[in-house]
Amino acid sequence: MLLRELIKLALNTLAANKTRAFLTMLGISIGVGAVIALMSIGTGVQAYVTQQFASAGANLIGVVPGRIQRGPGGGAFGSQAPLTMADYRAVAANTPNIVDASADFSRPAVFAYANNTSEVNVTGILANFSAIRNWNARLGRTIDEADVTGRSRVVALGQTVVNDLFEPGEDPLDKIVRINNVPFRVIGVMESKGSSFLGDQDAVAFIPLTTAQERLFGQQAQSVNGERIVSTIYVQAANKDVTPAVISSIDALLRERRRIPADEPSDFSALSQDELINTFGAVTGVLTVFLGAIAAISLLVGGIGIMNIMLVSVTERTREIGLRKAIGAKPSAILTQFLTEAVFLSLIGGLVGIGIGLGIAFVVSQVADFQPVVQAGAIVLAVGFSVAVGLFFGIYPARRAARLNPIDALRFE
Amino acid sequence: MVSLKHSTNGLLHVAAPQANGQPPTRDAGSTAVIEAHDIAKIYRIGDIEVRALDGVDVTIHRGELTAIMGPSGSGKSTLMNILGCLDQPTRGSYKLDGVDVEKLNDNQLATIRNKKIGFVFQSFNLLRRTSAIDNVEQPLIYAGVAPRERRERAKAALEAVGLGNRLKHHANELSGGQQQRVAIARALVTNPAIILADEPTGNLDSKSGAEIMCLFQRLNEEKGITVIFVTHDPRIAQHTRRVIRIADGKIIGDDPITDPIVACPDKALPDPILEKLEHAAA
Repeated sequence: MLLRELIKLALNTLAANKTRAFLTMLGISIGVGAVIALMSIGTGVQAYVTQQFASAGANLIGVVPGRIQRGPGGGAFGSQAPLTMADYRAVAANTPNIVDASADFSRPAVFAYANNTSEVNVTGILANFSAIRNWNARLGRTIDEADVTGRSRVVALGQTVVNDLFEPGEDPLDKIVRINNVPFRVIGVMESKGSSFLGDQDAVAFIPLTTAQERLFGQQAQSVNGERIVSTIYVQAANKDVTPAVISSIDALLRERRRIPADEPSDFSALSQDELINTFGAVTGVLTVFLGAIAAISLLVGGIGIMNIMLVSVTERTREIGLRKAIGAKPSAILTQFLTEAVFLSLIGGLVGIGIGLGIAFVVSQVADFQPVVQAGAIVLAVGFSVAVGLFFGIYPARRAARLNPIDALRFE
Repeated sequence: MVSLKHSTNGLLHVAAPQANGQPPTRDAGSTAVIEAHDIAKIYRIGDIEVRALDGVDVTIHRGELTAIMGPSGSGKSTLMNILGCLDQPTRGSYKLDGVDVEKLNDNQLATIRNKKIGFVFQSFNLLRRTSAIDNVEQPLIYAGVAPRERRERAKAALEAVGLGNRLKHHANELSGGQQQRVAIARALVTNPAIILADEPTGNLDSKSGAEIMCLFQRLNEEKGITVIFVTHDPRIAQHTRRVIRIADGKIIGDDPITDPIVACPDKALPDPILEKLEHAAA
């Protein structure tokens, strides 16, 4: 039997039961739409995460106290012997293949200006911060060498703090804001980095590291030995290839300095940006697969819907099948006829589902910070899968139809 | 007259062999189109053996108009299913139009049904929501006939049954008599060796029934088409030229009908059926 005849026959039969065909297709449409929408959202989140980390600076390695478990479900735990300025100097002086190193000290603080207040972390930084973290002032300037050596009471504010403290249109430069009641002069406003899953990245304020350690936080910034504490040591590796070697040499250096026995894990963590991307990438990748799997379940349910309706159809059309056999239809012709119907149901449903998926992706792109990435592969997969669903769930009813005994079928009431 | 031999003792009818290619007229009746010998159909229900057919011999020649008659449960439907290649006998041999049918598989049986047999059923069995011409085309689709030729042949078949003006009507828009005509056109369209009609007037009023019988008689007389009725109704049988009586799975009689009832009201009229239909439609 010709394909043309089969398609015409299938379309005629489906057209004869429009409501039923529509509802059956809807199951597949929702399934395919969900797969495409969730896959593209997952891929979009992954791309977004990667880009967020990449914007933190090139070949950046961060060292923080405490042990961070690699992979999903990790987090810092255990006793956290703080990192100190001495650690920072040792790392900066003794680590090969690095461009530069920096350190910061960060604590929450209350900002006040006029009648407005804002509560954000204030971070003491060194002059090379801007270069290493790839973050400059939008207005005025950021902390420089003189500020650090002079322990100046100057601050470069993030956009969120500016918004909290100042009236719209008010120039924050050279205004005096109070940080934990200590007056600081505003010397700059940082470039906006927006907010993301990492939180509001503009809820920051930068002051000289020396000012933070010695004038603003005093006791808090001192270890039990009276050493100055840092929150993070940043190291910029010379290039991507040496990053693992840099990490291991930092690791070795700090373990020695901190006298950690060989059989004990480090009480600090040196992580590269790549590792963070990989860690989050693994999380978002699992998330994407998980979302896709949930969506695939609805596709499966849609497929069962097709099987159900095809079985009803075979029973309803028993006499038609009997007649077709009487006038010369071979079992294979009957099988193909019913299979074509099932595949058509799922294929048309799948095509509609692509439209639904693209629509959802578009709506999400308008609402969310990230852009869902609709991959051609996901569409091909969805269409292929819906045809496969039609074939898989259609074959049983179609075989049943093809195997009907013509005599019984003709007599069926 | 019809040249047929018959016997009531169940012996095989032996037809004198004739050259092939003989025009299919009633007078060439010595060419056997159905040769069934010692056909038995035995069902087992648990330990009980049911003999639906028990050693039946049937020979029917090209161009005959025959009725297989018997009460319900007599085995006539089983015989029709076997003659129609819808079923295969437990025992015996059956040659349809020269082909040994008992050796064929499902696919080959489907092809035989498609090419050599036209079925007409009591309940018409048309595809609903499908036009008359599309219904008639169905067997040709399975025969692999090209669309254009299909359409032409289906149209010709519908014209032959007096429905040339109803090609595009859906089956459910036609009267019972008209639906049965479509079914007859569908049976005719493949130029089968035999038409098997199973109680073709059973669902029709007497007037439509007479019209259908008239159509069969004309198809048989004018075009030499072999028609076999399967019926319980003696009146239908009286429209044929030969009645094979069957009871309890055995043939109990095989008689010619010398003076059959003529269903067509006036043979002199060129096309009384068509005229009537047009009159009714007006």
